[in-house]
Amino acid sequence: MAYVSIADRDHEIEHHDPQTFITKYIWSQDHKVIAIQYGLTAIFVGLIALALSVMMRLQLGFPDSFSFITPESYYQFVTMHGMIMVIYLLTALFLGGFGNYLIPLMCGSRDMVFPYMNMLSYWVYLLSVIILLISFFVPGGATGAGWTLYPPQAIAPGTPGIELGIILMLASLAVFIVAFTMGGLNYVTTVLQARCRGMTLMRLPLSVWGIFMATILGLLAFPALLVSAIMMLLDKTILTSFFMPAMISAGEQLSHTGGSPVLFQHLFWFFGHPEVYIVALPAFGIVSDILSTHARKNIFGYRMMVWAILAIGGLSFIVWAHHMYVSGMNPYFGFFFATTTLIIAVPTALKVYNWVLTLWQGNIHLRVPMLFAIGFIFTFIHGGLTGIFLGNVVVDLPLSDTYFVVAHFHMVMGVSPVLVVFGAIYHWFPKMTGKMYNETLGKWHFWMTFFGTYSIYLPMHYLGFLGVPRRYFSMGTTDFMPESAHTLNTSITISAIFVAVTQLIFLYNMIVSLRSGKKSDPNPWGAATLEWQTPDNPPKHGNWGHHLPEVHRWAYDYSVPGYPDDFIPQNVPASAEAPAGRDHGIHH
Amino acid sequence: MSEAAVTDSGEVLPAGMNGVVSDFSADKQSFHVPWGKAMMWIFLLSDTFIFSCFLISYMTVRISAVDAWPYPSEVFALSFGGDPIPLILIAIMTFILITSSGTMALAVNMGYRKDRKRTFWLMIATAILGASFVGMQAFEWTKLIVDEGIRPWENPVGAAQFGATFFMITGFHGLHVSAGVIYLLVVAFRVKRGFYEKRGGNYEIVEIAGLYWHFVDLVWVFIFAFFYLW
Repeated sequence: MAYVSIADRDHEIEHHDPQTFITKYIWSQDHKVIAIQYGLTAIFVGLIALALSVMMRLQLGFPDSFSFITPESYYQFVTMHGMIMVIYLLTALFLGGFGNYLIPLMCGSRDMVFPYMNMLSYWVYLLSVIILLISFFVPGGATGAGWTLYPPQAIAPGTPGIELGIILMLASLAVFIVAFTMGGLNYVTTVLQARCRGMTLMRLPLSVWGIFMATILGLLAFPALLVSAIMMLLDKTILTSFFMPAMISAGEQLSHTGGSPVLFQHLFWFFGHPEVYIVALPAFGIVSDILSTHARKNIFGYRMMVWAILAIGGLSFIVWAHHMYVSGMNPYFGFFFATTTLIIAVPTALKVYNWVLTLWQGNIHLRVPMLFAIGFIFTFIHGGLTGIFLGNVVVDLPLSDTYFVVAHFHMVMGVSPVLVVFGAIYHWFPKMTGKMYNETLGKWHFWMTFFGTYSIYLPMHYLGFLGVPRRYFSMGTTDFMPESAHTLNTSITISAIFVAVTQLIFLYNMIVSLRSGKKSDPNPWGAATLEWQTPDNPPKHGNWGHHLPEVHRWAYDYSVPGYPDDFIPQNVPASAEAPAGRDHGIHH
Repeated sequence: MSEAAVTDSGEVLPAGMNGVVSDFSADKQSFHVPWGKAMMWIFLLSDTFIFSCFLISYMTVRISAVDAWPYPSEVFALSFGGDPIPLILIAIMTFILITSSGTMALAVNMGYRKDRKRTFWLMIATAILGASFVGMQAFEWTKLIVDEGIRPWENPVGAAQFGATFFMITGFHGLHVSAGVIYLLVVAFRVKRGFYEKRGGNYEIVEIAGLYWHFVDLVWVFIFAFFYLW
């Protein structure tokens, strides 16, 4: 029996717009509302994590000046800051937020394929956030095991939060994975199966490609985290010995015996490395679209960009043990994983070249989203280059667990994706709200954030070369740390507070613009992708009114010679294109 | 086969790898299957990774355990009055589960023929076989825990990780079977009530439930091989 795709069915599925406030904004099954719910929740926990990082920096910059920061609470701040930023902010915001918002609009669908499950995904995510936040208030407080939660110390006496904090953290992660799976299945199926007429995969905007591949990575990598969380929960609650070797703690023999801590590291990083790309690939995709739109020029090497995303996705599963050079695993593994790590740099570098070549001779408009996108290229190249240092075993060994590592991963997967998040919010804010924000404030926000973060992380590389270890509560006086290094730490802290305060400009701008911003044009940037061609702005439930759009071209027809406008929307038929339609060699 | 490949819409595909790419990236949808079926395949792929992680972790802790691993044909033996017979219970359980895959396959066939009555009864049979599998697993667990003193954290027959991995992995699989039984019952009663007639008489859902069921079955084959035969 032949199956008829949704775009080819005679009768369009009837849409009943939800009427009440509750069905429209709370228990909503509209992908756009769910996206905003995801986004607001993620930004809320992100602000908590930002506050935690300021507390850490206060201790490091001004040791022993704040009585409310104890060594225990310091470790709790470190742990919760890392976990929240990586999982509950970036993963949730890119996939649950932007994924939800952009996939149906950019693919020309009315919604996700299973809207009810999509709604459940958000509420289960909210549950995981609540469980996580409860752990701050239980006896013993949140876990202080470090965001990697390495056993045996994660559940051995002496680590803060081994009473309930670690249990709640692991439970929250398991719940998050359930939420992500429900959403992720929707995103992948929607991209594969519910595109509008004419929207071939090779005409998809790169944002969708990045989010699509990141979701596949998530669906295949989160299982490893789920399994390790279950096993550690069992080690903690019923005293099994998956990860726990026989050990003496505080003079007492623990009842564990014969477990393998390295096994946890393998499982964790089998999740953890794809996780880096779960955050990076959507950022890559979104940046490609922002650069192309604001440079009024087609993306350079579209096909190469797509294949690079696929290659990075595949390779990201065989590089995980480069996080484990000092773990005590078989030393020969280092050779293999260093090689694969250098290989994955090839498609990544290819993408960077293509971004730069997209800008080359473009008609660059330095509007707010564009500033953030170009800022991303800087921070990403910077963080990527230090990654090559750390990917090589001999260079990694002395730099391991120093501030060099902290600087590297904050540049590459902290600052870079966050710049893209801001860029994307500034880019799609007019579509999401129908309002325009204050561009001057947006530009101030960019320059202060960009220079602020550089003045935090650039000096950290130097501290790392000195050998200053990360995660220490207090450095005290040592021979290898000159006085200048201590002064540097103070300056980093001041920069960190500066950057944190700067984000208030962003919040102020967003809130004020939402309330009293001037009405936005439906397509203020002159973008060619489908989400800017909706009949209503912001789009209503069902997105497209009575008729689904039909796509006739790729997403990057900017500055086509002979066409009156400097962009051609994807749904404009080829015949509309003046003298004899140009062949883009993409798909016909 | 040597003729040029043509898509449903009549488009002639380029030869070689380019043709594969064009076909897969064709507009509207990549696979000519309903959304639910595509989603179930993707979910099962994800679930495969969960079970793979469990089984690989099991192999790792088994290889690196410091105490001796118990001998499976002794631990999993059952005696009916006389000498203990190795693996007898597990052989029966495996037989039951694989039989249930057979009844499930028949149910899918009857579903496509729109024979609601037979579809219903075959699905009920599948669910009963699945429930009896879970029941026998409960019996096996009880025997191991009560009679032989095997606990997740320690046991009298060897490495502590034996009980830990065994209860964790068979438990996780048992939860999958139990969820599958509930899923099958829900779909079976909807088939009986005529729920899918109101939705255009489409019985793809029986096959989607069947995919899940066969997957759970297949996973059991691996658990069986790695726990009982190794």
